[in-house]
Parts: sequence; structure tokens; C-alpha cells
Amino acid sequence: MLRKLHKIPGLIAGLLVCVLAITGGILSVMPALERAGVPALSTATPDTAVLAANIVHNFPAAEQIKRLPSGKIIVYYFDGDSPRAVQVDPATGTRRADYSRSPFVLWMTELHRSLFFNDNGRIVTALGALAMIILSLSGLVLVAKRQGGWKNLFGPVKGSGLGKLHVGVGRIAVLAFLLSSATAIYMTLAVFGIISDGLDAQPDFPYDVNGGAPMAVAELPPLQGLALQDFRELNFPYPGDPNDVFTLTTASGSGYIDQSTGKILSWLDNPPARQVYEFIYMLHTGKSLWWLGLILGAASLSVPLMLGTGGIVWWRNRRLMPKIPHNVSAQRADTIILVGSESNSTWGFARTLHQELTAKGHLVHTGPMNRLAPAYRHAERMFLFTATYGDGEAPASAKGFLKRLHALDRAFDFPVAVLGFGDRQFPKFCQYALDVSAALKQKGCTSLIKPELIDRQSAQEFLRWGQEAGAAMGEELELHHVAARPKTFRLALVSRQDFGQEVQVPTAILRFAYPRPRSWIARCFGKGAPAFQAGDLVGVLPPHSTIPRYYSLASNSSEGQLEICVRKHPGGICSSHLHSLKPGDEIEVFIKPNPAFRPARKARSIILVGAGTGVGPLAGFIRGNSRKRPMHLYFGGRDPRSDFLYWDEIKTWLEDRRLHSANVAFSRVLNRQYVQDRVLADADKLRDLIRNGAQIMVCGGREMAAGVRQALETVLAPEEKLSTAQLKAEGRYLEDVY
Amino acid sequence: MKKTLAALCLATALVVPGMAYARPVTITAQMNNYGGNRAYLAIYLVNANGAYDHTLYVAGSRTRYYRHLTGWLRASRGRPNISGITGASVGSGRTLKVTVDIADSLINAGYQVRVDAAAEGFRESPNEVTVPLDTRSSGRAQRGRGYIGSFKINL
Repeated sequence: MLRKLHKIPGLIAGLLVCVLAITGGILSVMPALERAGVPALSTATPDTAVLAANIVHNFPAAEQIKRLPSGKIIVYYFDGDSPRAVQVDPATGTRRADYSRSPFVLWMTELHRSLFFNDNGRIVTALGALAMIILSLSGLVLVAKRQGGWKNLFGPVKGSGLGKLHVGVGRIAVLAFLLSSATAIYMTLAVFGIISDGLDAQPDFPYDVNGGAPMAVAELPPLQGLALQDFRELNFPYPGDPNDVFTLTTASGSGYIDQSTGKILSWLDNPPARQVYEFIYMLHTGKSLWWLGLILGAASLSVPLMLGTGGIVWWRNRRLMPKIPHNVSAQRADTIILVGSESNSTWGFARTLHQELTAKGHLVHTGPMNRLAPAYRHAERMFLFTATYGDGEAPASAKGFLKRLHALDRAFDFPVAVLGFGDRQFPKFCQYALDVSAALKQKGCTSLIKPELIDRQSAQEFLRWGQEAGAAMGEELELHHVAARPKTFRLALVSRQDFGQEVQVPTAILRFAYPRPRSWIARCFGKGAPAFQAGDLVGVLPPHSTIPRYYSLASNSSEGQLEICVRKHPGGICSSHLHSLKPGDEIEVFIKPNPAFRPARKARSIILVGAGTGVGPLAGFIRGNSRKRPMHLYFGGRDPRSDFLYWDEIKTWLEDRRLHSANVAFSRVLNRQYVQDRVLADADKLRDLIRNGAQIMVCGGREMAAGVRQALETVLAPEEKLSTAQLKAEGRYLEDVY
Repeated sequence: MKKTLAALCLATALVVPGMAYARPVTITAQMNNYGGNRAYLAIYLVNANGAYDHTLYVAGSRTRYYRHLTGWLRASRGRPNISGITGASVGSGRTLKVTVDIADSLINAGYQVRVDAAAEGFRESPNEVTVPLDTRSSGRAQRGRGYIGSFKINL
């Protein structure tokens, strides 16, 4: 619902909002430009009476004096028959330049507020502002949800690419969007008279005046002592008309002055409605508040960016929503697949299962979890595939699922299998899938197989789950899920270093030649090899296989090499293939960015913990540490004589200070130690580093990571305000585990 | 049917003599390209002493901006009767052409047609242009002070 509320105005009013934002952004610069040409007022600047007298002296035919919000003083007068307007020096009342309103600004203003369609146009632009408000508010709530609560609103943004950019920029610019659009709507309502802007209240017009000889302007008492910054406008009486009056407008109100007595004939202080209007006008235009204008202008320039990124994310999600062939109606199907998906990637897995079951002769129905029916006439089993959104919440297509489930009269008479999809790096991994599973149990539903959780769309884990699910059904299921495969390219092996044969962990550091990434323009259009950083992933497709295996990258593309660290697993198709490579042999790969595992720019120092091949990306970070900021490595292996990966490099890095310290632990030697033991031994130093803003990055096997987390928990125990969970939430504790 | 026709004839007979005392006057104002927003114009009659008689036409319908038509407002003492004689404001470079009925007794009697003009962010222009309401001035174009490039009345 909320997502729709965000999406629909964006799609409908996007272009309009862009036009308003760009024109507004251009106009926002004007107050600052105008102000730049105006001297600051000083104590030496005369009051309004002196200025008016100076002006009358220089321009005897002056009709009107105005002070613009920028501080410019403008005099309107007649030179014979032709009307003139000049900007004068506030100190002397002498001419500085001719004044005319910039046609460019007038044109831009008219486009901005009415698109050149007068009142109808104003209604359209106000609707654009309304769309902006809806977009801002719904976006704000969506960000809060995505971040796992309002208190994390300004925490580190998870995710990657355009979505991250959209959230990161949007959550800051949203304040300016709301301010600009709310004030715009107020101003439109004021123009149409729906809200009072206080202009209706005017001082009573004086029809009866003294009629005597006019007074010199310098002697008019209301002008004397009126500071220039409070002066707005003075209209002179029509020459030769003794019944005419001076009209004076100041910051506080306006009124009429008798030209012969100098007395105020009538005066009206600005009503509150007028003050409100002027304040809001100032907020919207930045006039007399030039810096605010610049801020709002800068923010408005991010509107096209927001629209572009939002639009692309929407389009991608839409494209990912698969058309499922042979989708049978819910009441005819023997197998029901319901999908809870936020970004739609989960649908792809559902489709793979759907296809496989259909091929096996089943009648399969696939739909969103929100469409849970109270009963399925012919169903024999149900699969629930669900992702998790934000802090353990339901994804978009499952928002109403639990409610519907609770509303059921009785449990289904067929078994249900739950499969969760998520990313272990997020807190509450697959929480929603677990909640669904618990709710089903509570309802009394039987389960086909125990709930399983798939990390980062792992095709292998899915394949394994399929085999188990097939076994439970008494069938053979081969679920070869191919996520929309990126374009691959071929790389040739340049060199390899082998370790660990003697301790039963054959491990190789493989280096492939990598073409220098092309310009970013070429990359935008998907040409050339993409740039990558250490910690990103390379997907390797072994021969005759469609399922890629991912390896963490141990180099940056700028080095001209792609380096990975691979341990040979008994029976592992891909690792065996990689270990069989000789220099010159080629492999087929693609790059998958992994922005969740990168050293933070702001981190004061970095603690790197890895065991076995997990040291690969850490080595990449160290090699790329040309800034020489403090990095501390904790490395675990089996035997220093056999599997001390990167041993030579580590020595060099310690010498050139790319690495500040290295701690190693080996588990197959006399004083057997694991890397977490080294962490515990260094507790004081680590605590100190973490307190001072260090970031921790852990890479390696799942068990090692759990051990390290426990060790760090112990290290941080004396600190009241620090815990690994807290550090994780701040993006200061990153794990890349497998 | 016949009855209706008869009634209609009778009604017209009653109205037509009244019409004989007024005549349609066409007012044409060609605006300069002053480059700003649409201008408000007040077109009104003053008598031989320069005193306000009545308003002929107002271009611009938002009464809150009328305060910028200062000469007209002052002359009419803030209470001009404008019901049914207002229309849209006039854009820069555009032409306003309206026909109003003016009593015969006011023509060639020293009365003058006067125009006040104003536009957002521009100067107020009371007495933008004044034209005598007589047959001699009919059809003769006159320039305004700022907004109006050519102004004429056709009796």
C-alpha cells in the first residue's frame, strides 16, 4: 500500500515534479546573485527620509521608491514622457544602473508557477507539489521501515547501487522537498483566496485631505528615523493633485500620509495572516534569505536524480516479476506456491520450482502470499517462498499474509513447506520466514519439510533444498535455478601459488589478467569489463554448468589483475576445475558487486580477521591501502610451513606500513591456536581500537566467524556501550562468511 | 404561439425606446511588450471637473489586486460599482477590445475616459492614459505612459 503510494505519484507526476524542481533550482540562485550586487547597510547609511530627499533631488519626477528583498533601492520616475526605473545608491540616492526585471527570471518564474497556463497551470503545479508531499512522506516511512525503525533513519544504508543512492540522498533532501512543496501549496491557496494572505485588509483610503501646499519629503515625520531595512515602498502623490497622498509600506504595515501636513491619515499594521504569508513566501523563494534559497535549490536539483533512480529501481523490479507459464488457478492446482517478495528476486526461485513440478506432471499455482485463499480444493501441498523486509517485516507481496492466516477457520489439511530468502549480513536474517513458519505451526499446519533459509540467493542451497523437498514428496526434484545471468566474459590465468597440500587443505591463489576497465561512460552502457574492488564477488561458471560459484576478490580491478583464493573441496566441480588450471587457460566469469563488505571511508583503523581462504579479500584491502591507514590483521591457518597464505606479501606490507600489525594462529602445530584465541589475547589493544572508531571485517568459514564474534563479545564485555550487535548496526562490524 | 409572439413584440416595444439613449462604444487597448505578467486595467469615466463618474470596464478579476489601481480607487472613493463589467487581465503585447454602452448625454459633454494600469512586480500607473469622450477623439489612437502602446475609443 505504502509502496504504491510512493510509486504511483512518482510515475504520474514525475516529469511535472522534475520541471518544477529544475526551474525552482534555477530561480533559487537569484536571491544570492541579486544580493551579491548590493552593498551592506552600515550605520552611516541614512534613514528613509534622507534617502527620499536625495532621490527627489536627483529625480524630481520620482513616482515610486521601492526596496527589493535583496536590498536594492529602485526609483521609478518619468523622463519627460518615457517611464524609467533606476537602481540607486542607498547612501547618496544617485543612479547606479538602469533597472529592469530580467526577462529570463520572469519567464522562469512563470514556467515554475503556472507552466504558462495561468490559473489552470497554477492548479496543475499545486498538484505537482501535492504529489511531492505524498512522495516525500511515503518515502520517509519506507526508508524508516527499510532501516529497521525511525531511530536508524540516518544509520548506514544497506543494500547497493541505485536503491542505496535513492535512499541515501532522499532521506536528507526530503526535508527540503517537504518545505518547498508545502509552502508552494500554501501560496497557491493564497493566490486563489482559499487561505487569507492578509492582503484583503488594507488601510482605509483617505478621501479627505488637508489640501494645502505639499511638504518637502525629507520633513515627512513618518519617514524620519525609519531604518532602511524596515522600508519597503513609497508612492509619491500625483504631481499637481493636492488631493493625493503619499502611500508608505514598511516591514510592519502600510498607510497613507497627507502631503501637506505629513500626518498619517490611516495606517494598518500587517495582520497576522500577512506576516505568515511573508514568512512562508520567504521560505519558498529564499528572497531575503538567500542561503536558504541555495539549500532548497541544491536539494531540488536532486529531484531528477531521485526520479531517475526510483524509476530505474521500479522498472528493474517490474522486469524481474516473472511471467509464469502454465500457471493453474488456485482451486484446480494440486501444488500451491505462494511468494513473499520485496524486490521480486524470490519470484525467480518460485518459477524454477513451478517449471520443475509442471514438467513432472503437477498442476501448479503460483501467486503472491497476499492472495492466500481460505481453502484450496485440490491442493496436496503448499510452498511458501518468502524474503524478509527491513527489521524482520513482511515483504511487499506478503504484507497481509499473517492476518489472512489467522483468519482461517482451521489448518490446511495438506503439508506446507517454508523457504526463507535473505542475506546473513542483515540483522534478523530471514526473520519473516521464521515468523511465518511459527504461525503455521501455531495454526496446526503440518510441515512438508523443516523450514530452510537460503542465503544471498544461493543456487546451491536451493538445489539442496529441492532434493530434500523432492524426497519428502517421493519424487526427484532437480531445481537448477539460474538467476537472470549477467553477461560473462573470459579471463586467462596468469599465475598460481599453491599452499596447504601437506595439511589437507589444498589452496591456490589464482591470478588472472584483467583488462583495464573502460571509461565510466562505456561502463554505463554495459561495455567493457566492469571495475571491481577487493571484497566484491566473482561468479565463475565451470564448464557444462549453469550455476555460478562465487569467490571473494582479493584485488582491485585497477591493479590489472583479478585475484582469488580457492580451496579445493573434495568433489567440488568448480574448485576442482579452478585447481586444474594452468597459466594461459581461460575461465568464464562475471562480477557481482558486494558493497556490504568494504572498508568504510571514515573508519579510523581497520581490524581484519580471516582464516584460510578468507584472508583473500583482506589481503586485497591491505594491498589497496595506499593511504596507509592503520590496518591490523588476524590470520588463522593450519601450519605455517604449509598454508601460510600471502606470507611474503604480508612481510612486505608490514615493512611499507600498509599493514600495521599481523597476528597469526595455527591449529596443527604444537601450541595449537585458532584466530579467535589471538583476538582474545589482544583484548586490550582491540578494545582500544574499537573505542576509537575502528571497523572490524571478518571473512572466512561460518564456524570461524561465530567463534570470532563470541571472542569479540568477550573483548567488548567491559564496555557498556559497545557490543557486536551495536557495531553491526553501525556498519562497523562486517562479515563475509560462507 | 401567437400570444407569445404578441407578448414578445410588446416587450421589445417597451425596451427599445430606452436603448435609444445609450450607444455602444468600442474601447481598444493595445499593450506594450513590457515583458511582465498580465496587467490589470481599470477603465472609467470622469466628468469635466475630473470627478469620478462611473467605471466602464475592469480587466482582472481578483479584487485583492485592485489596490494597485490607485487613481481609480481614489477617484471612486474605494467603492466602484463593477458588477458585470470585469474580465480577464491583459497579457504583455496583447490587445483588449471591449464594447460598453455609454449614455448619449455623456458624449461630447466634457467627460473623459481614463485608464489605470498595474502588473505584478511592475510600477503602478494611475492615469495611464486619458481620452476625451467626444466625436473628435473617436478612433484616434493615443499612447499610454507605460503599459499601453495604443489606446482608442470608437463612438
